[in-house]
Amino acid sequence: MHKTVLLALGLLVAAPALSAGIEVDIELPRIDVADYRRPYVAVWLERPDNSVAANLAVWYDVKMRNGEGTKWLKDIRQWWRRAGRDMQVPVDGVTSATRHPGAHRLAFTAGDAPLGELAAGSYRLVVEASREHGGREVLTLPFDWPPREAVVREARGERELGKVAVHLKP
Amino acid sequence: MIKHRIALAALTATLAAPLAQAHETWLVPSSTVLSSNGYVTVDAAVSNQVFHFNYRPLSVGQSLSILAADGSAVQAENLVQGQLRSVFDVKLDAPGTYRIAVANAAVMASWKENGQPKRMRGTQAEIAEKVPAGATDLVLRENATRIETFVTVGSPTELKPVGEGLEMVPVTHPNDLYAGEEVSFAFHANGQVAGQLKVAIVEGGTRYRDQLDKVELLPDEQGRIRHTFARPGLYYLNAVMTGKSPSNPDMERRMAYTATLEVLPQ
Repeated sequence: MHKTVLLALGLLVAAPALSAGIEVDIELPRIDVADYRRPYVAVWLERPDNSVAANLAVWYDVKMRNGEGTKWLKDIRQWWRRAGRDMQVPVDGVTSATRHPGAHRLAFTAGDAPLGELAAGSYRLVVEASREHGGREVLTLPFDWPPREAVVREARGERELGKVAVHLKP
Repeated sequence: MIKHRIALAALTATLAAPLAQAHETWLVPSSTVLSSNGYVTVDAAVSNQVFHFNYRPLSVGQSLSILAADGSAVQAENLVQGQLRSVFDVKLDAPGTYRIAVANAAVMASWKENGQPKRMRGTQAEIAEKVPAGATDLVLRENATRIETFVTVGSPTELKPVGEGLEMVPVTHPNDLYAGEEVSFAFHANGQVAGQLKVAIVEGGTRYRDQLDKVELLPDEQGRIRHTFARPGLYYLNAVMTGKSPSNPDMERRMAYTATLEVLPQ
């Protein structure tokens, strides 16, 4: 039931001829452990040569005193190597607080930060989640830009991530 | 006389220690990659098994040097020498790569003076001064060791060669190593490409497996080795170069280099 509503919502959003862009659905599974901490999550676009085309979102503990929350950014391992270690956080419109388990939707418009103008070509959307006292998981969704028509690509994580989908809007 | 014997025994021990091949010497940092300024703590030991404190602490006092990315020296904090390991903290308060090293260089001399055996350890100049003209059976041995590890805050920065002793000159940055990717390191002896040396790599945790699984590599003409680490983990890299000293054809020279490298998962 819940899923149907989500899907219907998705159609509503996708239907009107909005400007080109990308929407990303990220489901954080509810994990039943005593010492649950919300995961650090990074979402980015990379090219076939692993270079980063856009840093879309980084969720980390932004509220800790003295920027202590940045201490574990390196545990979003792949993102740290590809982009994180060369960035100064916080970044407006990219970094934000960690999120609760459940479904989250992020929307990015072509031409606007942080997506910007994407040159035509092949890309991968990468979603990486890393949880304190827990595990880490990376999901990768390849796509070509620009899309000729509205396209949805999906992947499902096994532990730290639930369903992840990318909606491409021409 | 007894005093003399003890002194001699102690001297022999100090002479023997750097020559001993049976032990691994290493520095293990608590982290090699940091995303913000902070502390790492470092264990320093001499052991029979890689990264297992089971023999002696590594004596780090005067020979420890910690260099920040800008080349400035950092003072170790809370240095303690225990029975099985030495420990110190390093405060990293700037981005970039820190080089943590324990380096020693000395010449050992043994000779006979009026039929009596004599020994001493020091710089070449000190030895030239102390060894009398009438000395016989003079044996000179030059020994240089460097034990290192690296820690990076943020992005890895270039590591400038030291130019002294045997050293690893990164082609692949030592804090940018990933399982399954080929890496390359060059070796220099006193600033020159080192050709004639043997490099060995051992993955930590030998006490949990039956075989040492040591990888032995010989460098190419540029002094370079290439290697692909199969698994993430902490690795012990050791290079040894022996031969005649270029500064004195009558002197044997042994140079050794050790690095602790962390290989990250992809």
